Amino acid sequence: MSDPNLLDYQHRRYGMDHERYEWSMLQDREPVHWPDDKPLALWINVSVQHFPLSGDKPTVAPPGALTMPYPDLRHYTLRDYGNRIGIFRLLEALERHDAQFSLAISGALSMRYPKLLKRLSQTAAEWLGHGWNMNAIHAGDVEEAVEQQWIQDTVAALSEFSSEAIRGWFSPGRIQTARTPELLSDAGLQFHCDWVNDELPYRFATENGGLVCLPSSLELDDVFLLNQNFHSEDSYAQQVIDAADFLIAEGEQQGGRLLSLNFHPWLLGQPHRIASVRHILTELLVNRADKIWNAQPSQIIQLAMG
Amino acid sequence: MAKTELELYDYASWEDRPQIVWPGGAKLAFWVAPNIEFYELDPPTNPHRKPWPHPFPAVPGYSIRDYGNRVGHQRQMDVLDKYGIRGSISLSAALCEHHPEIIDLCLERDWEFFSHGIYNTRYTYGLTEDEEREMIEDAMATIEKAVGRRPAGYLAPALSHSDHTIDLFAEAGGLYTCDLFHDDQPTTVKTRSGRPFVSIPYSLELNDTIAYVVQKMEPRRYGDIIRRSFDQLLLEGATKGTVMCIPTHNYQVSCPHRLRAFDEALEYITSHHDVWVTTGREIAEYYLEHYHEDHVEAPITAGGSS
Repeated sequence: MSDPNLLDYQHRRYGMDHERYEWSMLQDREPVHWPDDKPLALWINVSVQHFPLSGDKPTVAPPGALTMPYPDLRHYTLRDYGNRIGIFRLLEALERHDAQFSLAISGALSMRYPKLLKRLSQTAAEWLGHGWNMNAIHAGDVEEAVEQQWIQDTVAALSEFSSEAIRGWFSPGRIQTARTPELLSDAGLQFHCDWVNDELPYRFATENGGLVCLPSSLELDDVFLLNQNFHSEDSYAQQVIDAADFLIAEGEQQGGRLLSLNFHPWLLGQPHRIASVRHILTELLVNRADKIWNAQPSQIIQLAMG
Repeated sequence: MAKTELELYDYASWEDRPQIVWPGGAKLAFWVAPNIEFYELDPPTNPHRKPWPHPFPAVPGYSIRDYGNRVGHQRQMDVLDKYGIRGSISLSAALCEHHPEIIDLCLERDWEFFSHGIYNTRYTYGLTEDEEREMIEDAMATIEKAVGRRPAGYLAPALSHSDHTIDLFAEAGGLYTCDLFHDDQPTTVKTRSGRPFVSIPYSLELNDTIAYVVQKMEPRRYGDIIRRSFDQLLLEGATKGTVMCIPTHNYQVSCPHRLRAFDEALEYITSHHDVWVTTGREIAEYYLEHYHEDHVEAPITAGGSS
């Protein structure tokens, strides 16, 4: 006899096997209508990250994590490149088109690079909490008090620079502990972007009030395609444009759809990659301007969820 | 005790095969096998295999698989509808309980349902023979109750097997297995009960998850290898009669940046007239009726059945 639990099915029932959200298929819901009845909403997020040179390695390594023995100068400085140069190349490309976007920012950057955060506060971007730094991973058995501190410190640090209250949260590596949603709700946050199970925002239950999940696509994430799957820059751009065209066609038939992109300054801000960003933005924001509503996360949530 | 050989089939060289002619004189039998799976967020620990790479809750792995059912399923179904292809579903039986809406959509289209175990987070590893028999029967009975027909085929959950898996499935009334990757034609499989039983070519090479997750392919390359595979199998099908399968997952192939490549590959395949577009069960039944005896070199006797 093996472990009797192996054939014991505690959650075999209608719907999900947990209580975080209701089961439903995208295509079966009431259609969402974006402004001017455009079929596709475009959410661009830029993840502005700090990868510490030292400190304990987290339970789960986030994409882009340092990998070498201390001092891992090669990865530390390559990530830092994003905050010195890459972000400004992305801003130049985005601002040229008056693009709407959000910024998910490591809280620790408020202390390390206040000059950068002041510059970012001059953009029209919506700010999202992105963890204290890229070692502060909300995963596994991290102590609740520690996790709570990371969230509170990050929200407080970003609030000092942002003219608007911080409403959204994007966990480093899109991973959570079993308590992260409760802690986000406790901290007054209204939505997170971590569960990639949908293409429209949906209600996400916690013990102390509801959140919204606004899924940020991992499968189209720049780090996933370029850094982890080794796809070419041209293929990355092609995949983004193919996704937009597919979703525009589906949106015209079935109701508003959402394309979410996540840009990392340390990756896309490299000189050989920035032209792909410009190409994507031209294709989406100029050549498909009549089909695409480019908006910030809170605007998308408000329209999609009423 | 590990055996060196399970003696499931006889050796047969590709140079020396009796010709199979498919219905209507077709050279190639083509089938698409969408895996429609349910992965549990918190399955019991199986000492032989970890279900998730991340600690609980494994948000990245769980949420993208949930995306397949919430978003991807209907997209893939629309593409198969477009080319008149009936899917042969590799089904986690518990999905009949969790998501009956998906079962109903497939029933309306007269798709085939074959067994893929109870959950894709429950492995054959560590089960006693009686427990594995119970699990196989549970899956067969659950699917039969939901769809009105006992499954004919089996792909063991998460491709986890024991020495007895194929014997037990044949004894439960199954006709074919998808677990063997040794051939491009159906192969008679020797089981201890001596029941007529075949292996139907499934494919790991064309499996979207192997292509996208393991081999990290760009979508258009995936479409290209599907077409190359088809061209060769159709050529050889003229003298041998071949089978081609595309196994898919609604969380991989149905992503908006990937569907175009799949759509174009199916358009190419179904534009040929000498192809039998069919299901796993129909291939197994046709082979067993017309060719099975030719390929049985020695009588198979029952033995060892408990």
